[in-house]
Amino acid sequence: MRDKKQNLIDQKLQDLNNDGVDRRGFLKCMAWAGTGLVWTMSGGIPVSQAFARNMGKDGKGGDFSFVQISDSHMGFNKPANPDVVATLQVAVDKINGLAKQPDFLLHTGDISHLSKPEQFDTVDQVLKGASAKDVFFVPGEHDVLDDNGKSYLERYGKGAQGAGWYSFDKKGVHFVGLVNVLNLKSGGLGSLGGEQLEWMEKDIKHLKHSTPIVVFAHIPLWAVYPEWGWGTQDSAQALGYLKKFGSVTVLNGHIHQTMQKIEGNVTFHTAMSTAFPQPQPGKADSPGPMKVPAEQLRTLLGITDVNYVRGQHSLAIVDSTLG
Amino acid sequence: MTRKSVWFAGVAMAVMIAMLFVGSPSVKASINANDQPSGANAEVKIDNFSFTPQTLTVAAGTTVTWTNRDDIPHTVVSTDGVFRSKVRDTDEKFSYTFAKAGTYPYYCSVHPKMTGKIVVQ
Repeated sequence: MRDKKQNLIDQKLQDLNNDGVDRRGFLKCMAWAGTGLVWTMSGGIPVSQAFARNMGKDGKGGDFSFVQISDSHMGFNKPANPDVVATLQVAVDKINGLAKQPDFLLHTGDISHLSKPEQFDTVDQVLKGASAKDVFFVPGEHDVLDDNGKSYLERYGKGAQGAGWYSFDKKGVHFVGLVNVLNLKSGGLGSLGGEQLEWMEKDIKHLKHSTPIVVFAHIPLWAVYPEWGWGTQDSAQALGYLKKFGSVTVLNGHIHQTMQKIEGNVTFHTAMSTAFPQPQPGKADSPGPMKVPAEQLRTLLGITDVNYVRGQHSLAIVDSTLG
Repeated sequence: MTRKSVWFAGVAMAVMIAMLFVGSPSVKASINANDQPSGANAEVKIDNFSFTPQTLTVAAGTTVTWTNRDDIPHTVVSTDGVFRSKVRDTDEKFSYTFAKAGTYPYYCSVHPKMTGKIVVQ
């Protein structure tokens, strides 16, 4: 008798709003909203916005989404993370567990730790387990060691120009992959170079100003912390070409922590690593791997889920940690 | 002046001059901690994204050995194309013998903010 009464109560709680979400689903949504925060920097102060607000008016999600991962450093095996394969696998599991499956993945570089073929192989293998089968790469400085990026290009450079830059379109959004980790000068920062900048200018010249643009490159395209090489010396020129576009998103890696900045129509965002964290600017002697207690490691590694809703001004960027 | 007083003045002057030299810091400064005898091995340590010592002065003919003690790989690359190491992971070394006198600035091509200099005399 008591069971019948309980059933009636549960039934009454089901889908009261006729929006396809029952009580359990509602609680799941609320838990997700708690972990999924969109962080923006407003006047240098981080401001969080509830995830739901950025998902589109009807809450059903945008036209497509993709996930950015970065800095897998396959081959790294020091105390900061003795098992980078395991944490990359956790990242893939996390991707596969997303409520909305991404259409593709973006890897913003430092795929390998020492540019060794077996290291690239391992990353490719692990990523094969992701639901999204298309992965777009740009190299990090650890991917172009000793051979000036020759083996990186052989592996990931199909259809790319020069040192591996390229562009592609997805559902009306234009993606530009840039390489800023080659020909680095002593005392300098990341570098795009004249040939690549020329290509980029031509590549986006004829696009409508309303076309949303996503630029991705390894080293940040804004001066996060020049003292540690966290910036690109000729990015101002690239950003100049992007000025006329209404929605520009710049996705970078390299610094192994999330950071976001909004400047006019441009949203800059850096992703966490799937391998090891690094200190905040100036908070340590050097930008190397930051050792933390083992149980904390996964809370400092993560993925970035990006949602595009047609008609919305900016892409919704949500970082989530691996643990 | 008497001969005796002239003699005393001379001795006093000599003693004073000698004392000046003994106490002089400029004499000590030329014995630099970074100087190495010719032909010997000189060491540069790579750690915490820096080369230590940042400037190393050696005699021509010296072999300089860089050892990476950092937990991140680095390279040793001459800015003038004189030498270039392959990537060096933790505990790996790179050596170069400097036959000619001159100044050899170098950096890590992976982390270009890391710079150093070998001065060969």
